[in-house]
Amino acid sequence: MLLAKNMREIKLGIKSLMQHKLRSSLTMLGMVFGVGSVIAMLAVGEGASKQALEEIRKLGSNNIIITAQKPMDEQGQQKTRILMSIYGLLYEDVERIAQSFAHVLRVVPVKIIRKQGRLTERAMDMRILGTTPDWFKLVQRPLIAGRTLAPYDLENFSNVVVLTEYGARRLLATRSTLGQTIRLGSDYFEIIGIIQNESSQGGALQSPDQQIDAYIPINVAKANFGDVFTQSSAGSRTRELVELHQIIAEVDQTTNVESTAAGIEAMLERFHKKKDYVLSVPLALLRQAEATKRTFNIVLGSIAGISLLVGGIGIMNIMLASVTERTREIGIRRAIGAKRSQIVRQFLIETVVLSTTGGLIGIAIGLFIPWMITTVAKMPTVVTPSSLILSLGISMAIGIIFGIYPAVRAAALDPIIALRHE
Amino acid sequence: MPMTAIQSNRKPRGREPEALLEDIRKIYTMGSTEVHALAGVSVVFEHGSFWAILGTSGSGKSTLLNVLGCLDRPTSGRYLLQGRDISSLDDDALSEIRLRNIGFIFQSFNLIQQSTVEENIQLPLYYQGVDAESSSRRARKLAALVGLEDRLHHRPMELSGGQQQRVAIARSLANDPGLLLADEPTGNLDSKTSAEIMRLLCDLNEQGKTIIMVTHEPDIAAFAHKRLYMKDGAIERLEG
Repeated sequence: MLLAKNMREIKLGIKSLMQHKLRSSLTMLGMVFGVGSVIAMLAVGEGASKQALEEIRKLGSNNIIITAQKPMDEQGQQKTRILMSIYGLLYEDVERIAQSFAHVLRVVPVKIIRKQGRLTERAMDMRILGTTPDWFKLVQRPLIAGRTLAPYDLENFSNVVVLTEYGARRLLATRSTLGQTIRLGSDYFEIIGIIQNESSQGGALQSPDQQIDAYIPINVAKANFGDVFTQSSAGSRTRELVELHQIIAEVDQTTNVESTAAGIEAMLERFHKKKDYVLSVPLALLRQAEATKRTFNIVLGSIAGISLLVGGIGIMNIMLASVTERTREIGIRRAIGAKRSQIVRQFLIETVVLSTTGGLIGIAIGLFIPWMITTVAKMPTVVTPSSLILSLGISMAIGIIFGIYPAVRAAALDPIIALRHE
Repeated sequence: MPMTAIQSNRKPRGREPEALLEDIRKIYTMGSTEVHALAGVSVVFEHGSFWAILGTSGSGKSTLLNVLGCLDRPTSGRYLLQGRDISSLDDDALSEIRLRNIGFIFQSFNLIQQSTVEENIQLPLYYQGVDAESSSRRARKLAALVGLEDRLHHRPMELSGGQQQRVAIARSLANDPGLLLADEPTGNLDSKTSAEIMRLLCDLNEQGKTIIMVTHEPDIAAFAHKRLYMKDGAIERLEG
């Protein structure tokens, strides 16, 4: 019964709105663009920061990554024809880190060698990573086929290799190539597994994906390829002795990451004469990215807020104008016997209908724009429920307040004064 | 003009007057000067009578009508409408009286331009909370009474002045009021249409409606049975 009465009032409200199409659509336009732009903007911001955070998370927030780096002075001396540069992380460093720090769960060494790889008649320049089975636990990459390295591969000095999906495809290797033999340098390796490469496109912190990676047991790498690399470039040859290119240490708890990182840094400083390594802590990056995200969201939020405000002022303008225009109508209704509360109620229903419709269209646009951005510009966007609620709530509130206020004012007039209004 | 009597569901009342005014005053303060729009009006409008209130502009005749119609509250004095003292009622209660007991006809028709004829006639019933179906039925009946049954879905702009005033009359009858108030009902109409409207009012009066009409035209006032002449906010004389 009550609903039936409300339905009638709502129908009447819609009818009245339809009788003023231009005014209603203009009012709604403010809502539509206000809500739409807020949702779209927040979605773009959320998408961008989410992507950055995901990149970092992939590195593992409990990990500490130590990467070998050619020291600055050495790079300068290269011109004075030093035949061999010796730098980088040592096998000993792995032992030291594993033994000295209680919070370190696993330490994974990585040795990187560049060699040509050959599968049947296809040859490619490859990046060979000598590592231990734990690497696959620290860096989470789903296994596509076969298996990853296992402890017994190291014990048996097995010539086995795990490829990334991208590399496998480049080498024309598919699922059926598991068990096939690939030639790396001068040695032959059996392909035992394929893992997914880092899925992200662009903006990656490390972008090994354009490389064709091959993961082999570290002891096999050391035995077969040694620690000395010869590089020929522009007629000159450089030789480098690098034991390990990267060490990844996993810490038991996130809270212990930073103290452990500081400890490792201090220890390395003591054992390395030169600064030939860089420590990077994904957690710190994550924190930084989160702070950036916050700033980003505040900026976008402010812009969105301003556009909402502008939309709100538009709504207010039209509502004020319309009630001035409708004062006479209100006078007629009052003269006939409508109570003040009935007039206010009538206007309330009209504005609620209008605001809701405008808000819903705004949401539709706010969902459509990010979808377009993702589809066309290939940029990730995330529409959060809170942005929907926030923008819809604010603009509905603005619509209703400014819709009601002038009606309250007009209804408060004496009917005869309202009637005289032209 | 075809006339179908509208069944009145109102109980016949006794001899109590339709409206009784006792020393009604309406004083406006404009800056430091007081304007006595009504300076002590006492008059009895009998049930079923047809009155014309005459006077020059500024004589207080419109103010008197507004007070009678509960659109304006007197500064002092007593007003009994159908035996009920309404001098001290609040805004909502006065709205209720306008809604249930009084029908208003204006010089400028005061129809809602965006609404159709049918919707305009239904307006009082909507605020009374009458359901859509029976109020639509009653609107059609009233439209037929004023000869506009084929204009139900027109908007006021599409009608002539005389037709618009008939819509307004139909609307004023929607709540089946005992008292019809008309403020210069023919002021915006030509003489032929004016005569038609006046005949319609006379018919309504014969069916038992008390009619009080403000006019400044003597030939329009001639349709009424009684005449009240106003001057400077007071009654100058009564006729008939």
